[in-house]
Amino acid sequence: MQLDDLTTTSGEWLRGVGPESDIVISSRIRLARNLADFPFISRTTPQDRARIEKALHDRINEIADQNEMLYLEMAGLDKVDRQFLVERHLISREHAEGQDARAVAIDAGEKFSLMINEEDHLRIQAMQSGLDLASVWQQVDRLDDLIEEKITYAFSDRLGYLTACPTNVGTGMRVSVMLHLPALVITRQIDKVFRSLQKISLAVRGLYGEGSQAMGDFYQISNQVTLGLTESDLIRRVSDIVPVIIDYERQARDFLVKESHENLHDRVSRAHGILRTAQTISSEETMHLLSSVRMGVNLGLIRDLNISAINELFLRTQPAHLQKITGGEMETTDRNIERARYLRRCLNKEDGNRPTGEHN
Amino acid sequence: MKCQQCDKQATFHITEVTHGKPQEFHLCEDHARQYLTASASEPEGAPAMAAALAQQVAVTQTAEELARLDQQACPVCGITYLEFRSQGRLGCPHDYACFQTQLEPLIVNIHGESHHVGKRPHTPASGSEDRTQLIRLRRELKEAIDEERYERASALRDEIQRIEGGGT
Repeated sequence: MQLDDLTTTSGEWLRGVGPESDIVISSRIRLARNLADFPFISRTTPQDRARIEKALHDRINEIADQNEMLYLEMAGLDKVDRQFLVERHLISREHAEGQDARAVAIDAGEKFSLMINEEDHLRIQAMQSGLDLASVWQQVDRLDDLIEEKITYAFSDRLGYLTACPTNVGTGMRVSVMLHLPALVITRQIDKVFRSLQKISLAVRGLYGEGSQAMGDFYQISNQVTLGLTESDLIRRVSDIVPVIIDYERQARDFLVKESHENLHDRVSRAHGILRTAQTISSEETMHLLSSVRMGVNLGLIRDLNISAINELFLRTQPAHLQKITGGEMETTDRNIERARYLRRCLNKEDGNRPTGEHN
Repeated sequence: MKCQQCDKQATFHITEVTHGKPQEFHLCEDHARQYLTASASEPEGAPAMAAALAQQVAVTQTAEELARLDQQACPVCGITYLEFRSQGRLGCPHDYACFQTQLEPLIVNIHGESHHVGKRPHTPASGSEDRTQLIRLRRELKEAIDEERYERASALRDEIQRIEGGGT
């Protein structure tokens, strides 16, 4: 399996299926683990990191089917390929910018990713489309058990799994659910929702994790604490609150449909119109407009598109994806022109009679 | 920042609110003491100033205590607590035991709890702690070789192999 094979697919978390998938994009759980017999990353020598990488790579090879797995060393990837993996949520931004002996193992279905030598020696992640944390936990737990059969993790009776940063100690677990909340943004209720989440110590992040903006009205809800609660308790904390937020978003959508139907329909149609006709468009504007279109599809205001197609566009119009698809590195200006062309091609193709942008 | 009265480092930053107007002083330890004692002798502000002085002294003690704790280094990976405080990342698993005094309040502050109740690996925790000693042994082995102390190096190598092999 090759990295370029991924360009033709859209990744598990964007399939747009599973429970509540009109609002819940994906469910994700990651575990932070460290080998007991090496320093944490900041104190490692290049030899240490090479040995950690080898120990984990060997173990992953023993438990995974080679044909179904992609193992990539960061050093062997160019900037666009690294960014491509970040956009797909297969590695973190930190991992993409990292030093030597960093690697990632990904399964063909993009349900797992194992980052080696990121902030911790090992970060095991499982993800799935829609709201289904129970089955994501089952998968990540199983993988963790398999690795642990041959690897001694840094663990203390009192503090649990020991991590480079004390914010992850204990379970080393981060449970996150990504939600699409455009109606709460339009009705200006989103801040209120976040403040109440912070009170019950849940964190809210943007599409690409820590410090990233809430592009396209996507928000990730995750647990803040990792110690003193069991894994199932932590999962429950997040999964108890998600239906409440889904409910708020549905109410906000109902309100918009009932109270300002023309405005809503106008917003959705204009967004769709711009995306189908623009000649140059930035990634941010694309995300912003796709968000309205996505909601419009969910509310039945746009009928000739489906959710998985829109989800795919969110991913494939991002800088690295666009460059992989159209072949070759491009400057921002050229990318914006190429992005507009790509959007016109995708969004006008159902309409056979109308000339597409490319004929102009 | 320098003391406003001499060339020494200003370690006291005092904000005085008199007649509703805040006034700032940046002073070294000696001049701060002088200043605070002087103002304390003034009748009206006396009790408030005495309290302020006591507080300042208490702060100095804690600061000295903190400085001492900051210099403490982990015998396994060599990181000092100060390095951890500036980077926010620990150096090795043993740091959690070695800096326990300093980390405990921090961990409780972050998580509201101090004990793990979740999943456990099948290997007992003591096995994990033994393996962490390998970090120190490997470091000492490298040092012994660098210093051409071969007998010591050979003893360390045996010890490392014993732990790596899982023997006791």
